[in-house]
Amino acid sequence: MLSKRLIACLDVRDGKLAKSVKFVDTRDIGDPVEKARAYYLDGLDELVFYDITASSDRRNIMLDVVEAVAEQVFIPLSVGGGVRSVADATDLRLAGAEKINVNSAAVQRPALIAECANAIGNQNVVLSMDIRRVDVSDACPSGYEIVINGGRTPVGRDALAWALEGERLGAGELVVNAIDADGTRDGYELRLTALLAEAVRIPVIASGGAGRPEHLYDALTAGKADAALVASMVHYGDYKVSELKQYLHDRGVKMRMCW
Amino acid sequence: MALIIDYDAGNLRSVQRACREVGLAAEITADPDALAHAERIIFPGVGAAGSAMRSITSRGIDQALKEAIARGTPVLGICLGMQISLDRSEENDQQTLGLIPGTVRRFRFDRPELKIPHMGWNEVRVVKPHPLLADIEPGDEFYFVHAYYPDPDRSEDVYAVTDYEIEFACALGRDNYFGMQCHPEKSGRVGLQLLRRFASWDGTC
Repeated sequence: MLSKRLIACLDVRDGKLAKSVKFVDTRDIGDPVEKARAYYLDGLDELVFYDITASSDRRNIMLDVVEAVAEQVFIPLSVGGGVRSVADATDLRLAGAEKINVNSAAVQRPALIAECANAIGNQNVVLSMDIRRVDVSDACPSGYEIVINGGRTPVGRDALAWALEGERLGAGELVVNAIDADGTRDGYELRLTALLAEAVRIPVIASGGAGRPEHLYDALTAGKADAALVASMVHYGDYKVSELKQYLHDRGVKMRMCW
Repeated sequence: MALIIDYDAGNLRSVQRACREVGLAAEITADPDALAHAERIIFPGVGAAGSAMRSITSRGIDQALKEAIARGTPVLGICLGMQISLDRSEENDQQTLGLIPGTVRRFRFDRPELKIPHMGWNEVRVVKPHPLLADIEPGDEFYFVHAYYPDPDRSEDVYAVTDYEIEFACALGRDNYFGMQCHPEKSGRVGLQLLRRFASWDGTC
């Protein structure tokens, strides 16, 4: 039986680990390579690196980080943040990323999803969606709207419609990041996660809001997610990766327990 | 020293890195002549069966690989590299190498909650001892990403199975050829152990 996955997301700025609260107020919290290695040895199932560097030399810094991590971490490695072209995606893949996350650039130019899927395979293209709650309207019948540019810019696009279009264009997986919950530690946006997970046939990763182990349990059961993404919970040492997996396992969620 | 066959089917450097981690020097090559002198060969790959077979045959890799296997060179197929070792694939309705009798089939599920591809960690259950699987214990999981699975004709070619709604062969082999559906290079400690075993495997089982 397929296990549910625990994924840790590392936001990287200028080669350093950072963590944001509701996408602003980021602060450095250490060396991404060291953290990645420690999580890997503690049983993490998958790693996501998100490049939040603003400077123009961002790509080279990020490629160095990815390469250094890929040398010593032998689990799937996913990278996103500023991927705008197939060239960006293939550079990151050569550096050692398995999967490539596309986000804002795909909203602005949906063909990017299909281009990446053709170049590196559907299963390696992750559509990462930043989503906020809005009033139900004709433009947003699901009551959830896509935002881009790190959560700052609403685009008036319905999240459910975009998830389905992303799947049709060739995305192999969805990250459902609820920005209302991001960094709050109050729990994932379960209704949103379940809504999208039930609508698509590709795996869905719940993201944003994890603060306590039961939040992960909720995302993987009521939220219908295939994987739960954590950041603050593990970055500040509040919980260990192995501890979270043990908790989920004890509550009957199928997890990988041998590593 | 191992050769990793490059036929435009995905990123091979993660396989190379994992080999290096277990002390197996590995070079990536697209040169069929190099396979004649290889001490051991890794045949990885992701992508579609049709384009993979076109790439392999146009470069003469199919023939070189068959000759190496006939010569007794230990060969490890991974994912698509394993799938095209069977007779044919439902993917692109493609005839493949025919090293192991059988067909590669697409997962077909009625229950929409079963996602395709089968992506993530799943248990590899050994059903027949093999030197490469010697370290695997009950509960050990490997990383999978695939929408098609191998269905070998002969049960004696099956060394391990995995459950994803159906039970399918995730490791198969014959003599000095061994193939896996999962990715040892992305499967943490257990995957590295398998590669370490492959680094010293003499091709017998």
